Amino acid sequence: MQSQATYNYKVVRQFAVMTVIWGIVGMLVGVIIAAQLVWPELNVIEFLSYGRLRPLHTNAVIFAFGGCALFATSYYSVQRTNHTSLFLPKLASFTFWGWQLVIVLAALSLPLGFTSGKEYAELEWPIDILITVVWVSYAIVFFGTIGTRKTKHIYVSNWFFGAMIIAVALLHLVNSAAIPVDFFKSYSAYSGVQDAMIQWWYGHNAVGFFLTAGFLGMMYYFVPKQAGRPVYSYRLSVVHFWALIFTYMWAGPHHLHYTALPDWTSSIGMLFSLILLAPSWGGMINGIMTLSGAWHKLRDDPILKFMITSLSFYGMSTFEGPMMAIKTVNALSHYTDWTVGHVHSGALGWVAMISIGAIYYLIPRLFGKSEMYSTKLINVHFWLATLGTVLYIAALWISGVMQGLMWRATNADGTLTYAFVESVKASYPFWTIRVIGGVLFLTGMLLMAYNMFKTIGSGRAVDDAKVLEPAHAH
Amino acid sequence: MDFNNTSDFVSGFWNMFVIGLVLVSILWCAWFLWIQGSVKFNPGEVTGHKWDETLEEYSNPLPNWWRWMFYLTVLFSLVYLALYPGLGNVSGSFGWTMRGQYDAEMKAAEAQYGPKFNQFLKQDVMTVAKNQEAKEMGGRLFQTYCAQCHGGDAGGTTSFPNLKDGDWLWGGTPEKIKETLVNGRMGIMTPMGTKPDMDGEQVKDVVHYVRSLSGLTADSARVQRGAELYPQACAACHQADGKGMQAAGYPNLTDKIWLHGSSEAKMIEIVTKGVQNQMPPFGEFLGEAKIHLLTAYVWGLGGGVPPEVAAPAAVEAPPADAPAAEAAPAAEQKQ
Repeated sequence: MQSQATYNYKVVRQFAVMTVIWGIVGMLVGVIIAAQLVWPELNVIEFLSYGRLRPLHTNAVIFAFGGCALFATSYYSVQRTNHTSLFLPKLASFTFWGWQLVIVLAALSLPLGFTSGKEYAELEWPIDILITVVWVSYAIVFFGTIGTRKTKHIYVSNWFFGAMIIAVALLHLVNSAAIPVDFFKSYSAYSGVQDAMIQWWYGHNAVGFFLTAGFLGMMYYFVPKQAGRPVYSYRLSVVHFWALIFTYMWAGPHHLHYTALPDWTSSIGMLFSLILLAPSWGGMINGIMTLSGAWHKLRDDPILKFMITSLSFYGMSTFEGPMMAIKTVNALSHYTDWTVGHVHSGALGWVAMISIGAIYYLIPRLFGKSEMYSTKLINVHFWLATLGTVLYIAALWISGVMQGLMWRATNADGTLTYAFVESVKASYPFWTIRVIGGVLFLTGMLLMAYNMFKTIGSGRAVDDAKVLEPAHAH
Repeated sequence: MDFNNTSDFVSGFWNMFVIGLVLVSILWCAWFLWIQGSVKFNPGEVTGHKWDETLEEYSNPLPNWWRWMFYLTVLFSLVYLALYPGLGNVSGSFGWTMRGQYDAEMKAAEAQYGPKFNQFLKQDVMTVAKNQEAKEMGGRLFQTYCAQCHGGDAGGTTSFPNLKDGDWLWGGTPEKIKETLVNGRMGIMTPMGTKPDMDGEQVKDVVHYVRSLSGLTADSARVQRGAELYPQACAACHQADGKGMQAAGYPNLTDKIWLHGSSEAKMIEIVTKGVQNQMPPFGEFLGEAKIHLLTAYVWGLGGGVPPEVAAPAAVEAPPADAPAAEAAPAAEQKQ
């Protein structure tokens, strides 16, 4: 009776293509600001100065690139795993155009200097309201699709996507609460250390839910699909899911160690960050162990290489994170490049690589091809991305630890051994390596775009994929 | 105020709320893990659910090492909370606080390093300025606290004064330099000086007159008209002869030094909009001994002026290559 219904691939296609486009834009801006640190003369005009472009870079890679990847993969997998077409397709289409509008408005307003000054939440209040409308629509489409499912059980990827959608709505609404002065300017509804705490409650959970839970949802669909193997452990997915979404909410204070934040808040942030280690690693174990018994597939499947490498980086940065949350370690790492390196081992190594793998999986299926135009190019992309990530994070580990040590070094009379500017000077070689790492990663994305358009050029938009009957094994 | 004994909570309720919530949450993690012990597994078998043709899940148990790592972090947290602050107002048995650690470290540093700095307090600034060890210590302090604005070489930059050129806005005697360091300075020029009704042309005229005072290019017709405006618009602060008044921080307009720039456009902007410039106070932050060393270091950079009692004639800045310190009768070094 369901033979007439087809999967809604249109909105998936739109988001998938824009993932690659915004990825290139966001990473290009990243390369530009990395170069501006090495060659300050590149700050030519105020609109393209480091201070204006940096929030543009973070917003573009997190919400434009990462966001489009989440929309594409969640819209695809929620239909496939629930054996039904997307709920309210017109609303789904609205989420695409609405989200693109948010991105374009961000790309205009941030260089023009309109900002609420909250990291990763810089967009001014009218755009915040648009984000809320789009996000609520996304929730309606996503949960509506699950509500009309043809299976009894809900597949694990949907739990993670669903948690991400609910948590991000909560975080966005609370943290962006502001009092508008006029159409272009608002001030936070909170003040002082409360404002800082709410900001980092948001900031850390943007990492925890947007960049971790969401992409774990992606991982749970695409890794078993690409590997052709069952998920390693159902029970592990249950336990690490609940533990992860429960403990992540507490970890924010580790961004504010040794500040005006009270000691007890700081301690709790540190402890829950440590407790978070096991729940985070649950996802890595389940992903990597899914391949056990099929390791040989890694030899000639570059898409799987992307996915497994991303899980390795995920495991590494979710170990590094709790370590950096320990107060004593944080006293050295805070405010240094180490933090930036850590973020990028997660952002490039985990978020970008799992997304790239998933998009490579999707493109041929959305455009009626059996595989990408060139598997060889995917392989080249894989090595460029891996090398770029390793160069980036290794350079910033070194410069970060070096900065931390230089800042605390004292002479026999207790005065500081190094002026701040000396630590800046000493960082230049590593910042140059970072630029090279970034260029490699960006080059990989350009190859991906070429590969994608070649695939699309010889393919056709698939709009007749029949909704499958669920298996009646249970 | 003893910050170590104040509560972060407006009422006892929130204290208990935080304690309860934290403990319940941490113990929930352990409990949740514990109840997994009763789950039956069929290792290597799939659960029987299937989605999207191929998606299945094994009924494998939780890895043991992972379970124990999870328990260990929970245990660590409970022990930590017994030792360190974390449960609301409970201070933890170590009595550690962030502020306490800071105070203890500062106290230890003061005991260790204080005498090294204090030894120079007994000497006057000009004597300290000649002491090599004091010079090096002062230089290191300068790199930490002053170089951000005045530059690593103390040469300054636009709007941040050069400290070596002998031109002082507020005076270059040891007393004045110390006063500047301790209290900071606030320089204010009001828009339009003291003649707020000037129009654009008049502003330009007075700017050209001022330019002529220090030998900058100027239009002679404007200079003539500006000379008539100057007494009313500028002389109250910069004095009739344009040489300013150090006692009040009014800059000399007749020398070649233009802190904010000497282009016609910049000068028009400053006359039109006024300008504010600030040196922050460091007295309380750095303390007497470090201020003394920094005073001597800055004084000894080449522009220092001897104290007024010692050399009352030295009102004009000495040439940069012959610091006034050389001319002043320096006390014998005590070391």
